[in-house]
Amino acid sequence: MHAFKTIGLTKVYGEGEAAVHALRGVDLEIPEGELVVLLGASGSGKSTLLNILGGLDHPSDGQVFFRDQEITTFDDKALTAYRRDHVGFVFQLYNLMPSLTAHENVDLVTEISRDPMLAEEALEMVGLGDRMDHFPAQLSGGEQQRVAIARAIAKRPTVLFCDEPTGALDSKTGIVVLQALQDINRTLNTTIIVITHAMATAALADRVIMFGDGRIKDVRLNEKKLAADQIEW
Amino acid sequence: MSFLLTSLDRKLLRDLWRIKGQGIAIALVIACGIGLFIMANGMLSSLQETREAYYDRYRFADIFAPVKRAPDRVLAEIKTFPGVRAVEGRISAGVLIDAPGTTEPITGQAVSLPRIGRPVLNDIFLRKGRMLDPTREDEILLSEPFAKAHGFEPGDTISATMNGSKRKFEIVGLALSPEFTYAIAPGALVPDPFRYGILWLGKDALAAAFDLDGAFNEVLISRSYNANESDIIASLDRLLERYGATGAFLRADQISDKFLESELNQLATMATVLPSIFLAVSAFLLNVVVARIVDAEREQIGLLKAFGYSNPAILFHYLKMVLAITLLGIFVGSGVGMWLGRWMALLYQEFYKFPFLIFSLGLDTLAFAFTIAVTVAVLGTLTAVRRAAVLSPAEAMRPPAPAKYRQASVMPLWFSERIDQPTRMILRRIARHPVRALLTSVGLAFATAILITARFNWDSVLYMMDVNFNVAERQDLTVTFVEPESDKAIFELRRMDGVLYVEPFRSVPVRLRNGHIERRQSLTGLVERPLLSRAVNADLASLQIPRNGLLLSKALADLIQAEVGDVLQVDVLEDRKPRLNLTVAGVAETFIGTSAYLEIGALNRSLKEGPRVSGAFLMIDPAKQDAIYERLKDMPSVSGVGIVAAAQRSFNETMDQGIGTFIAIISTFAALIAVGVVYNSARIALAERSRELASLRVLGFTKNEASYILLGEIALLTFLALPIGCGFGYLLAWFLAASFTTELYQIPLVIELASYGYSCAVVAGASLVSGILVDREIGKLDLVVALKTRE
Ligand SMILES: Nc1ncnc2c1ncn2[C@@H]1O[C@H](COP(=O)(O)OP(=O)(O)OP(=O)(O)O)[C@@H](O)[C@H]1O
Ligand SMILES: [Mg+2]
Repeated sequence: MHAFKTIGLTKVYGEGEAAVHALRGVDLEIPEGELVVLLGASGSGKSTLLNILGGLDHPSDGQVFFRDQEITTFDDKALTAYRRDHVGFVFQLYNLMPSLTAHENVDLVTEISRDPMLAEEALEMVGLGDRMDHFPAQLSGGEQQRVAIARAIAKRPTVLFCDEPTGALDSKTGIVVLQALQDINRTLNTTIIVITHAMATAALADRVIMFGDGRIKDVRLNEKKLAADQIEW
Repeated sequence: MSFLLTSLDRKLLRDLWRIKGQGIAIALVIACGIGLFIMANGMLSSLQETREAYYDRYRFADIFAPVKRAPDRVLAEIKTFPGVRAVEGRISAGVLIDAPGTTEPITGQAVSLPRIGRPVLNDIFLRKGRMLDPTREDEILLSEPFAKAHGFEPGDTISATMNGSKRKFEIVGLALSPEFTYAIAPGALVPDPFRYGILWLGKDALAAAFDLDGAFNEVLISRSYNANESDIIASLDRLLERYGATGAFLRADQISDKFLESELNQLATMATVLPSIFLAVSAFLLNVVVARIVDAEREQIGLLKAFGYSNPAILFHYLKMVLAITLLGIFVGSGVGMWLGRWMALLYQEFYKFPFLIFSLGLDTLAFAFTIAVTVAVLGTLTAVRRAAVLSPAEAMRPPAPAKYRQASVMPLWFSERIDQPTRMILRRIARHPVRALLTSVGLAFATAILITARFNWDSVLYMMDVNFNVAERQDLTVTFVEPESDKAIFELRRMDGVLYVEPFRSVPVRLRNGHIERRQSLTGLVERPLLSRAVNADLASLQIPRNGLLLSKALADLIQAEVGDVLQVDVLEDRKPRLNLTVAGVAETFIGTSAYLEIGALNRSLKEGPRVSGAFLMIDPAKQDAIYERLKDMPSVSGVGIVAAAQRSFNETMDQGIGTFIAIISTFAALIAVGVVYNSARIALAERSRELASLRVLGFTKNEASYILLGEIALLTFLALPIGCGFGYLLAWFLAASFTTELYQIPLVIELASYGYSCAVVAGASLVSGILVDREIGKLDLVVALKTRE
């Protein structure tokens, strides 16, 4: 069974002369339980694709299927339920609630989840067990990113989207984070799609999708997956 | 960690704490609107209920019928009229009081009390001392306000000229009565407790003084619940005609009730119109401000949606936040409003001499204010949350796209080349959010307008007084006679040492009829070209008094729908009771009361009487005033002396107390609203621009330069708001003038330049204060935090 399938997905921002074609027809199938890495130049449309798969944005044209449901036909209520029940998100810009502590930022999501892990547990997994009661403004960029990851994995989502989750991390903490992702992928059979600029990360993936200019340039299946602690960057 | 609060609730509490300054400012705005509304309504309904209860408990009559002299047996017959429940015959007459301690002759009213027991109608409330001893004829009860003004106590003596003879009385008690609630001397403009006293005497004593043994000169009647008033009046007039009746009238025409009613109506207009505008303005501001706060949360709303929070859950979250602020405002507003309402009611109780006060505040008033505030807050939240929620989460979370700055359309090149960068930033920002800028300006304009409207009340009354005392009524004294006198009385006055000029007048009660419209009115005869008491037109030019036609005041002409050229039927209600047909020859501008004038000679001729006068207007030498007062007090023919300067003085005092307090409260609230609006706009601007301002600071701009960008915008918006506010204020004043105008007062639309200045200064000051408050925040801006986090 596929987790996602897209047919002729396009996305145009703006109109007329100022129109930006972020996606120019994406046909894609991602089997359930895979860890997928999305590579591509800056501005090639990776975040746009992720937002649409996660039900955060609407495509201009084309269809998106989650399992056998066409989420592009969902109304707002159904999309909300989809996000709440299935999707975890790590945003490129972290997007923490400034008025909530790290712990509370995680709680914000676990409180409306069916089978979440404890916030403490999730924060331990990203190495922040001792900074739980700090506000975002009191955390470094990398720490904020890790809170965002803890928040995404804590709900044990069916699918997890990570937009450059390790962008601001040093290699040691980056590896810790990737290990956490791998763990979730293995133990919970969570489908994970990770955008990254670190080519080395591709070695962890089941599938590597090369993205360019709003299109899929290449899809490569990884025969020999490495463990997170085996890679270098 | 608390297990009771969800993280969303915790976010709520922290956000509330974070925006506490703004929250308080918003609560302040709503509290002002609600507070004034509740204060005004509470004050009004208290006064109305108190009046009702007072009238009821002291059996204030429904119908009044003055006669010259009617025998007591007539009362029994009146009692048989259908619909008549109770009848009281009594003696009521004008007297001149000679109060120890002042040279001024004082106008008084003597009213009889039954020999035994209480009056059936128009009972009195004994405040101090005891009731009259029926065996003694020299005891009186005195009206308490008059006694207080002069410092009289039971046991003191006082003399009064009654029907030409001077008598001495002992004061045994101080009293109040519903018929003298608004104790206003005949011909005066406002109650003046120093110059108008009520004396209650035993019926026998008063009858002896006025040759009314076994008779009465006034009938009081209370009617049963569903009686037909006009039938009773018609029967009374028919029965009492031969006893010299001048026509029975209803309570609504009784002088105290009439003024009280008019005052309460005016108060009602003031208490409904102005506070309603206030409530509407603060509701509007609440809506705007709430929407802006939620707008600022756009990205967080997107994030919550991305996590799978449903729209209703998000809406509920922000509703809680907004309602917390709104409810704070409602509670503070209601509390302050009730307290102020009670306080104002007490002030008026003192003024109206109600013996007690029933404080009442309709639950519906509270519910109404509450519903308005909550509804607009909810609507504001709803629209703003919707605005954010219709966006896809990806869109909502994206920082708002940088606006397209279009140089040319924003400002002309020649201008933009001449201004510095910070000023350019201010102008671009306003151009970029024109609606937001507009709303801030509109809020400030409303505050300005409210202030102007409040001041307008004051200005118009002062203007009214100025015209009345300096243009129309220029006499020093108004002397009235017990009975109309021959014109010899005028010569006598002229001969008096120190009297510089004398002008006679004649006044008769009449019934004016224009088609089917009828009205009781006093018809005044004046000399053709009066110099003291004059009628003026709208340009304040003196008008000639017509010899063969009527000059009507505009209010009267409007009331009976008469125009120049119409022929009115005039039934004189005195003596021979002739019926005249007079053409309306002109209309005069008066602000107070209604009046109808005819040349005095012509009036006397139509009454088939020789040259007779009811009184005279005097101009006197102030140095000889005391001697003149003494002479007047000794003249048996004089029943009253009105001292115009004193009337003006007492009017100003009254104004200070009543309207002055009201205006002070309104001004305070309007200033608070201005602070609320400016502070909010500035705080939101600060939040929106904190990164930008911090960046500027990082780039090396000084704090003052950063402040300039933020505060310059506020200053500019305030500056724009002031002229708009003056325009709004003028329109509101126009509306109020139209709705305040009653039979007794015609309010002119007068706003002094100083009032515009004052209002603008208050708003500018409020703006400055909130600017300073926000400026302190710029100083505290943590550069690193501001650059690191986005709100
Ligand atoms: N709201 C928007 N309005 C207009 N254009 C947009 C908008 N959001 C994204 N774009 C454009 O769409 C294209 C794809 O953007 P997207 O964010 O998907 O790129 P990306 O692959 O994630 O890049 P990066 O690796 O730098 O994050 C870019 O050219 C971007 O400029
Ligand atoms: Mg991206």
